[in-house]
Amino acid sequence: MTDPIRAQIRQVLADHARLPTDAASLPDGADLFQAGMTSHASVNVMLALEDAFDIEFPDAMLRRSAFESIDAIAAAIGEIALQAA
Amino acid sequence: MVPITVRSLNGTRKEEFAATIRAVAAEVAAAHADEVDRDARFPHEAIDALRETQALSALVPRSLGGGGVPLGAIAQACHDLARGCSATAMVFAMHQIQVGTIVRHLEPGSWFETYLHELQADQRLIASATSEIGTGGDMGRSIAAVTPAREGRFTLEKQAPTVSYGAHSDDILTTLRRSPEAEQSDQVMVLHRTSETELEPAGGWDTIGMRGTCSPGFVLRAEFGPEQILGARFATMMTETIVPLSHILWSHVWLGIATEAFERGRAFVRAAAKRSRGEPVPAAHQLSRVMAELTMFRSEVGGALAEFIRQSDAPGREPLSTLASVLRFNNLKLAASEQAPRVCQAVLECIGIMAYKNDSPYGVGRQLRDSLSARLMVANERLNAIDAGLLMLAKEV
Repeated sequence: MTDPIRAQIRQVLADHARLPTDAASLPDGADLFQAGMTSHASVNVMLALEDAFDIEFPDAMLRRSAFESIDAIAAAIGEIALQAA
Repeated sequence: MVPITVRSLNGTRKEEFAATIRAVAAEVAAAHADEVDRDARFPHEAIDALRETQALSALVPRSLGGGGVPLGAIAQACHDLARGCSATAMVFAMHQIQVGTIVRHLEPGSWFETYLHELQADQRLIASATSEIGTGGDMGRSIAAVTPAREGRFTLEKQAPTVSYGAHSDDILTTLRRSPEAEQSDQVMVLHRTSETELEPAGGWDTIGMRGTCSPGFVLRAEFGPEQILGARFATMMTETIVPLSHILWSHVWLGIATEAFERGRAFVRAAAKRSRGEPVPAAHQLSRVMAELTMFRSEVGGALAEFIRQSDAPGREPLSTLASVLRFNNLKLAASEQAPRVCQAVLECIGIMAYKNDSPYGVGRQLRDSLSARLMVANERLNAIDAGLLMLAKEV
């Protein structure tokens, strides 16, 4: 929980994922779609993540599996950071 | 039933399959199409003829007891059947979507493999119940749930606003929440026998077109075993198969309907040209513009099919899960569903009163009415709403 990237992801989820549960209490590996995130909400999450991290997800990365958990999102963001470096 | 001179599909090749389907379309489906439409009744002669030729198991791989007919030939069959009878073609297309979903997402060694052999032997017809009252048309959500019952079995009760040919099916593939505690977006599919399902009618099916698909609403109640739950995540099946395959096979049906209308227009202008040899035929000029649109329509439908096959062949069907791919197959549906009625209506205007008359050989009323369903089956406005979100994210369109 001390990981700042995951904390920021959690904040984006709290603001945009419209989960029936509290995003703060979600395990990093929990399936967000099973937790109730709709496809429509996931689009808003992706947009908000691009904004929050000042990145653009390439098309090849824009897939459901890249956004299915906090860990998966952190990995996607890490991958973009590596490509940018 | 009209006797048809077709051979069993077992062990025959793609060309023979195509010829068989064309024979069923011309000799059986077309022969009953007006009556099916007028009486809003199920096209049982044509579906029985398809059963006889084992077309209902054609898409099942040979290793699982099926015909091993490639998807391209199945799509062409949807088109060819629609030339004869739109309802027959749409029933066939929907059945193949259900078969394709099972084939692509079953777990090796599961009950579904046994089921596919049974499908082949009995030529079972599979309907689906994916829409639900209270979800606003969103297939990605369910309210009804897989509910534990006695002795490790399960029950379902679902309010379905439309179940195409539900009462004429042998099995129904239904989306449900994984459990009574699961979120609405946490779904699975269950294949239950129609004979073990109570279908409580909820409304009729007296529609403008596609009348023979017999798609009224039902309250479904069924009992089933755990083995009848398709193990794969519904969201995965939806992205990799159900949505793109539906849009592709439906588009082939709509293209077939538009082609039939166009061919009636062509027959009309040919007859006019023969009567007035050497004189210009104004209707032919109009029809040439329709032909240009139909050509575009055909190439976009064919292109989408080729792309789906290519993306399906990639490891893990990776490309199909990208948002770019979602957009691509949504756009196919949006375009095709608008082109089909446009072509039919343009042909109507080329021919004039002889196309407006139902008892004319050049009548296109049935085709026009049937094609109007295209924009509504998964409402285009819903797809536009999805695309509106995705276009802000996708980088290459």
